[in-house]
Amino acid sequence: MGSASDIKDDRKYTKDHEWALTEGDELLVGITAFAVDQLGDVTLVGIDAKVGATLEAHKPFGTIESVKTLSDLFAPVTGVITRVNTALEKEPELVNEDPWKKGWMIAIRPTKLAEEQGSLLDASAYRAHLAAAAH
Amino acid sequence: MLKTSLYGEHTALGARLVPFAGFEMPVQYKGIVEEHRAVRERVGLFDVSHMGELELEGPGALELVSSLVTNDPTRIADGQAQYTCCCNEGGTILDDLIVYRRNPERMLVVCNASNRTKIAQHFARAADGRVKFRDSSDETALLALQGPRALETLAAAGCSFDAARELKSFRFQDGHVAGVPCTIARTGYTGEDGVELFMPWDSAPTVFLALLAAGKAFGIEPVGLGARDTLRLEARLALYGNDIDESTDPLEAGLGWVVKLDKPHFVGKEALTRVKAEGTRRALVGFEMVGRGIARHGYPLVDATGGTIGLCTSGSPSPTLGKNIGLGYVPVALSAIGTPLSVDCRGKAVEAVVVETPFYKRKR
Repeated sequence: MGSASDIKDDRKYTKDHEWALTEGDELLVGITAFAVDQLGDVTLVGIDAKVGATLEAHKPFGTIESVKTLSDLFAPVTGVITRVNTALEKEPELVNEDPWKKGWMIAIRPTKLAEEQGSLLDASAYRAHLAAAAH
Repeated sequence: MLKTSLYGEHTALGARLVPFAGFEMPVQYKGIVEEHRAVRERVGLFDVSHMGELELEGPGALELVSSLVTNDPTRIADGQAQYTCCCNEGGTILDDLIVYRRNPERMLVVCNASNRTKIAQHFARAADGRVKFRDSSDETALLALQGPRALETLAAAGCSFDAARELKSFRFQDGHVAGVPCTIARTGYTGEDGVELFMPWDSAPTVFLALLAAGKAFGIEPVGLGARDTLRLEARLALYGNDIDESTDPLEAGLGWVVKLDKPHFVGKEALTRVKAEGTRRALVGFEMVGRGIARHGYPLVDATGGTIGLCTSGSPSPTLGKNIGLGYVPVALSAIGTPLSVDCRGKAVEAVVVETPFYKRKR
C-alpha cells in the first residue's frame, strides 16, 4: 500500500479523491491513496452502475465501505461504463493494497470530455487540494 | 473539547482523534481491523478515561444504589462488580452501568460518558440528604487492558498482587500498577479476559506507557474506539445510544438477566413488571448478512414484501468472523434463530438471517 501522500503524475483527479487514468479511449477510475487512508480497511465495494450504462459526471456510481464508514463513489466525467472491476466483489482489500492499479473500480468511455476536462485536477493541483484540506 | 490525560500519548502514537461525548478520543491508531485482532489474539490497551465515575458513601449507600438499578447489588459480595441497567419510572433505560461494591457503605458506579450529567443528577437527587454523593469523573482515569495476554502484561508491568490468580471475573481490588495506586477490576467490554484500571487522572500516562512497554513482548497494541465498537458488537454487548436508550426497556433488549423483579423496590419496577406480564412486543436480535451489504445503525429492517419490521441498531463487518453482522429490534414473532429478513441498505434490500448471539465467544 502506498503512503497517503503518494500521488501519481500520470493521471487526473477530482476533489472527491477519485483518480482517472487514460487508457486508450477509456478512463480508468479509482480512489486515491489519501482516500483509502481516510477510510481505513475497505470491507465492501458496491458498484451499482452496470456495463453499458451512461454515467453523469459527479453522480454516484456505487459505494465503498470500511469498518466504520460508507462513502459514495462519484463519476469523474460523463460517459458510458465499459468495464467494472469485478475482482473487488471478492477482494475489496485490493483497494487498500494497491489503490492506483489493482484497486481500479470502473472504466468509462467519456462522452463529454472536451467540456468536462477542465473540472479535473492535475497531480500538482490535487497535491495543493490535499495540502489545503490538511489545514 | 475535553482531552484525557493521555492526549499527548495518543498523538505521539499517531492516533486519529474524533469527538466523542465531549472528548477528543482516539478512534484508531494503526487501523481498526489490526487493533481488533490484537485484542482477540494478544492484548490491547484502551484509554476510556471519558467514562463517568460516581461515588456513594455512608450508611445506606448500597440500598440507595440498589433502589436506582434493575440488578441487585445486595446479592453480590464486597469486592464484586455487577453489570446493570438504570431505568426511569417508565421502565426504559437511562443508562447501563457497572456497579462496584467496595462495601455496603462505599459504592462506585461507572456510567457512559454520554450519560454522565444525566446519571450524576439522577444519583445526586436520590442521594440528597441520605448518602454522600461525589462525581469523581474528572479526577479518575480509566484504562482497559484486554485480550488473552492481558493478565501477563499486567504482571510484567508490575502489579502489587497476582491478578491472574487472585482476581476472579467481575471482582476488583485496590493495588499498584507500575507504582501507581489503582483499583484493578477484572471487567471489560470486548468479550475477552482482561482488566480495567481506575487511577488518578494525572497518573494515567505512567501506567499507559508501562503497560505498552511491558506488553511489547506479548504483541500489545493501543486500541481506539473503532475496534472497541467491533469487539463489543461481536460479544453482543449493548452500546448505549445505539442498541439501548430511553425508548427501549431491558427486557426487549435481551437484558432480562439484569432485571430482578423480586427486589422489594427499584425505579422502574412497576413498569417492568407490567411489561413482563404482558410480554414484550419486540426483541433485540443478532443477524448476519447473507447478501452483499453492511447493515448500519438506523437502517430499516424489512420483510420479503419490503415492509418495515424494525430497525438496525448496530452493524459492522466482524473482523473475527469475516462476516457482516448486526443487531436490531424485530417483532417477537420474527425473532427466532434462522428467521430470514432483509436490511434496507440505502434503498437496496439485502438479505440477512437471525443468528445466535454472542456472535463471538472466547474459548476458556
